[in-house]
Amino acid sequence: MFRLVALRMLDAIPTMLLALTLVFITLRMLPGDPAIAALGEYATPQQLELFREQMGLNLPLWQQYFVFLWDVVTLDFGESLISSFSVGQLIALHLPFTIELTIAAMLMGTIMALPLGVIAATQRGKSADSSTRIFALLGFAVPDFYLGALMLIVFALNLGWFPISGGGSDFWDRMHHLALPAFTLGILKAAFLSRLTRSSLLEVLQKDYIRTARAKGGRERRVIYRHGLRNALLPIATGLGLSTLATLSGSVAIELIFNRPGLGNLLVGAIEQRDYPVMQAGIVVFAFFVVLVNLALDIIYIFIDPRIRSE
Amino acid sequence: MSAVAEKPARMDDNGLIVQLWAAIRREPITQFFLFILIIIMVVAAFADFIAPYNPVQQSLLRLNQMPSADHWLGTDHYGRDVLSRIIYGARNSLLIGIISPIIAAVVGTFLGVVAGYFGGWADRLISRVVDLLLAFPALLLGILVAAALGSGFWDMVAVLTVAFAPQFARIARASTLAMRSEPFVEAAVSCGVGPLRIIARHILPNISGSIVVVLTLWIATAIRLEATLSFLGLGTQAPNPSWGNIIRDGLNNIFGSSWPIIAAGAAITLTVLAFNMVGDAVRDVLDPETRDD
Repeated sequence: MFRLVALRMLDAIPTMLLALTLVFITLRMLPGDPAIAALGEYATPQQLELFREQMGLNLPLWQQYFVFLWDVVTLDFGESLISSFSVGQLIALHLPFTIELTIAAMLMGTIMALPLGVIAATQRGKSADSSTRIFALLGFAVPDFYLGALMLIVFALNLGWFPISGGGSDFWDRMHHLALPAFTLGILKAAFLSRLTRSSLLEVLQKDYIRTARAKGGRERRVIYRHGLRNALLPIATGLGLSTLATLSGSVAIELIFNRPGLGNLLVGAIEQRDYPVMQAGIVVFAFFVVLVNLALDIIYIFIDPRIRSE
Repeated sequence: MSAVAEKPARMDDNGLIVQLWAAIRREPITQFFLFILIIIMVVAAFADFIAPYNPVQQSLLRLNQMPSADHWLGTDHYGRDVLSRIIYGARNSLLIGIISPIIAAVVGTFLGVVAGYFGGWADRLISRVVDLLLAFPALLLGILVAAALGSGFWDMVAVLTVAFAPQFARIARASTLAMRSEPFVEAAVSCGVGPLRIIARHILPNISGSIVVVLTLWIATAIRLEATLSFLGLGTQAPNPSWGNIIRDGLNNIFGSSWPIIAAGAAITLTVLAFNMVGDAVRDVLDPETRDD
């Protein structure tokens, strides 16, 4: 089993390399000059030349590529053009807010989704099932940032229960700032996960061992939770894993709505202010998380699904 | 646009449109959302005649007004009529949201068919890149490409095409692989028919059904993604209205009036919901096995 885990971890290296190559190609080779993008269309030729020299954009492309890779490996992202902090420091400051939002949203989503999915599956075709279906349809249609804005308007602006912006300072203050954005993303997560729980549980409930459990006189509650939901968890875990990345990227817009000092806010601000080094590093960090989450998922499967181990 | 997008799926004897219409006639809810979709499209197409005001006309005399008989959805912090901005915004949101998935379908199908039919190094290269792109959430890809390209109309179309083409490539590749081992394709190969002709005559018509299903469902996602990018300031730029940047504008003026946010968000939600419902109906006809009930 550990050989499998080690192999999978080794495989993440070429994937990360490919992801970095993709980022490099997109940022450097697409039409559009990074120097003009950074300095604006009214920059003088001298300014553009100076910027290219500072950023190493004068070198041949293959050299730029290796410099780029080397900077990533040594975690040397350079200096921000606007802030007095280095890019590394900026990312270290913003990253915790994004991670805590993603984790809190996933937790809230799962806690809401599992009971909803169980109710929908056991009350199939009845009004409780239809209500969760309508909830899911709305959840698929409403954009996360719109729901966030509505939450902000109602619970922060009008009722004043939650702070309007920022990330908070001490622990409880941070939780207070985290609640509304995490709840917003959590509800949308629950819309998706509750449907998944329902279909996965319905499939399991048709299995023979469920009939056996019932025939043995097991109480319905016990049959559904101990025999049903437990076996339905694997596809749910898969869906949960896949939606981690959606939550991570959804946090970008949510951070903007609630003005949280997270990575998404940093990245979008850097693109708007044309802070090229910060933008490049922000994208690399997101790409790193994409590869990391996929790796973590595969490793978790190796542990929870014995079938993969025996292959 | 292409053979794929236009040719109906060859399923039973009935044409696609006939089957679809029969399915829609049985479902009043689908009819309702189809009706909503048609209204939204008509409004977007005839915005010049329907919008009561010029969407970029500012006025200091009517800042942040509540909804009234003159301004059904109120005015924003520049005194612009919110309803007119929403109506013109529909044009940007729908055009980008519909054109990009169609181009993505053409590009993705081409790559997927090449990978699936020819195999070998082309397949390995295409599959590896497609797998990588699929690992990225569409929004992250969108941000990456938008950061590099800019935010004009065709830039946005390109951004969404890059974000969606891998989805089509994956499906086209899998369907092509399945088709390749069908007896009629093998028969055509053994008769000496060239690959281009086999792809055009046998493969494309048979995989277009699954492509169309994905296409209708991705339009909703494309509209939402365009709105998100415009909200982030990476899409359609102010003062040119799109539903996403109206919400961004409204956020900067959230203490003045919340009507622009509420109205623009409702427009996105309703449109995405309508496309999803109609898309589900299309899927039920073309691909009955995946029905969700």
